[in-house]
Amino acid sequence: MVTLNIDGVKVQAEEGTTLLEVAKFYGIDIPTLCYNDELTPYGACRLCTVEVDDGKRTKLVASCLYPVKDGINVKTHSKRVIKGRKMILELLIAKCPNSKILQDLASQTGLEKVRFKMENQDCILCGLCVRMCAEQMGSGAIGFVGRGQKREVATPFHIASEVCRNCGACMYICPAVDVQCRGIKSPGELCNSCLTITPQCIEKYGQVMCAQESCGACIKKEKK
Amino acid sequence: MTSEEIIDTIENSGLRGLGGGGFPTGKKWRLCKKAPGDVKYVIGNGDEGDPGAFSDRSLMEANPHSILEGMIIGAFAIGANQGYLYLRAEYPLALKQLQIAIEQAKEYGFLGKNIFNSGFDFDIKINRGGGAFVCGESSALIASMEGKIGEPRAKYVHTVDSGFWNKPTNLNNVKTWANVPLIINKGADWYAKIGTEKSKGTGIFSLVGKVNNTGLIEIPMGTPLRRIIYDIGGGIPGSKKFKAVQTGGPSGGCIPEELLDLPVDFEKLTEAGSMIGSGGMIVMDENTCMVDLARYFLDFLQNESCGKCIPCHEGIKRMLEILIDITHGKGNEKDLELLQELAETVKDFSLCGLGQTSPNTVLSTLQYFKDEYVAHLKDKKCPAGICKALIKYSILQEKCTGCGACLKLCPQKAIQGAPKKTHKIDPTKCTRCGICRDACTFEAIMIK
Repeated sequence: MVTLNIDGVKVQAEEGTTLLEVAKFYGIDIPTLCYNDELTPYGACRLCTVEVDDGKRTKLVASCLYPVKDGINVKTHSKRVIKGRKMILELLIAKCPNSKILQDLASQTGLEKVRFKMENQDCILCGLCVRMCAEQMGSGAIGFVGRGQKREVATPFHIASEVCRNCGACMYICPAVDVQCRGIKSPGELCNSCLTITPQCIEKYGQVMCAQESCGACIKKEKK
Repeated sequence: MTSEEIIDTIENSGLRGLGGGGFPTGKKWRLCKKAPGDVKYVIGNGDEGDPGAFSDRSLMEANPHSILEGMIIGAFAIGANQGYLYLRAEYPLALKQLQIAIEQAKEYGFLGKNIFNSGFDFDIKINRGGGAFVCGESSALIASMEGKIGEPRAKYVHTVDSGFWNKPTNLNNVKTWANVPLIINKGADWYAKIGTEKSKGTGIFSLVGKVNNTGLIEIPMGTPLRRIIYDIGGGIPGSKKFKAVQTGGPSGGCIPEELLDLPVDFEKLTEAGSMIGSGGMIVMDENTCMVDLARYFLDFLQNESCGKCIPCHEGIKRMLEILIDITHGKGNEKDLELLQELAETVKDFSLCGLGQTSPNTVLSTLQYFKDEYVAHLKDKKCPAGICKALIKYSILQEKCTGCGACLKLCPQKAIQGAPKKTHKIDPTKCTRCGICRDACTFEAIMIK
């Protein structure tokens, strides 16, 4: 067992577990996107980045991959961390504005403006589908192809894969296309409707707003 | 010498990783030796992919035996029986030379089973890269050697504990390996005498760009930039003014004239916002636009980023988008703030060294050459006369003799004029290719 400090709380954890697992166990909220309990952590979205002070220096680490160490001091919501998370979400929303999961994460983090040119892409290259297919479905029909801006998820040589069973697990786990955002703003914009919720707003838009389920950011804001 | 004595010697010499990281080599070897496991590997990184750097290439082509000797010594000290050399695909001569060197070493009994009856077995194999710049990063290199996609992983568990096939692996740049035999032969003190307090020995740099003597140079660490550029490099050609020097390849920073007395070592360059990197040194004169330069290197990195993590993949794309806007005269002043903020996030949040250092050119040019950015944004002018959307070619009436040289060469037929009468450029037709300027012997064509 190792003892560490997360956000001022002294906690104990088993050696070999990751920081994110420990934080989740103790109910400390760290936003994640490319992480899933059942899959190998990948460390691509960097949203779970936290600040770790090991006594020598402070560094930013991806908590989904960082193995806990004895005596470290962790800050999950420091100024530097939040600033970076906002910027990453700004980049993601600008790339794929129609994802409900991304819009909710953006509202929860407090992102209120996107300063980049809006695109309308579907894939954010989080790699959940690739890992799902290989690890849970035992198929490995899809993978990453190319590098840099040409990187994409595809079947080998872009031809229909013989090992794909059309099980749909890749679609089920996809954070970008599975559930589309249907907020009050027109598609392709930062929604933020949960941040600006008012009685008139509910009357006017009723069911349309946050159609699937509320992200809860509005409630959090009122509490403050 | 025992393996312990070898590691002590390397540690005392102060040798540091010359691939750019600067991690103390002796310490790395000791960690790898201590790591539990009976199978261990050593790897030589010869995947030099920076534009304008060729020091590893020259070493591998001209002195491959020094690398092999270093790797044999290192493997003996660590307790590894298998070594690999990861070679850049675009270096066919280096591959040939290393293959010959390995064959020769086997003939003489330096490699193979029970080397000189010591009971120590060691062999070296060559792995060729596939042309990806990111595979010079150690964890991507190892992934590539294992037959996986060449993309980095988080190194919270170090390669010395779990690297190639999850076995303890010691990876050093070929330049670092080549320094080892010299240190063993001449002693740690001899090596430690050269260089500065924290950066020992010499560094090999590829001095290129706007400098009279281009080529490879080997200098003691701590040599000031001024001495490198003016004494060794022979200064800037054509009595032009020095503007900046970029060290460390595409992810290095630009160092301005006021810092020319900066001694070149690991710490000092990092403090100035740059790095030693692979040893590239690109000198730029007054005719280089710093905004365009940052754009060029980001364009390179955008295609060479593996694309795994979002800050690097998306961040570089957006930084490039902003810089393209600025060089096309479409930027506004808020862009600078956003660029700075984005660059800092990419630096802090990226997964590997490529992403973390990719904004260095942007951050250092923003720090030292902000006035050039402001000139592009506010005055819509490119002070160096490079950004085509912001410049205009015109003919100086008093210098033009009407010789017609430019008129004949202009591919757009944008120049009008009769023989022996001053010519004129039609700005609507001109594509700013610069052919007329090169053709004019009277310096009559100017850029505004």
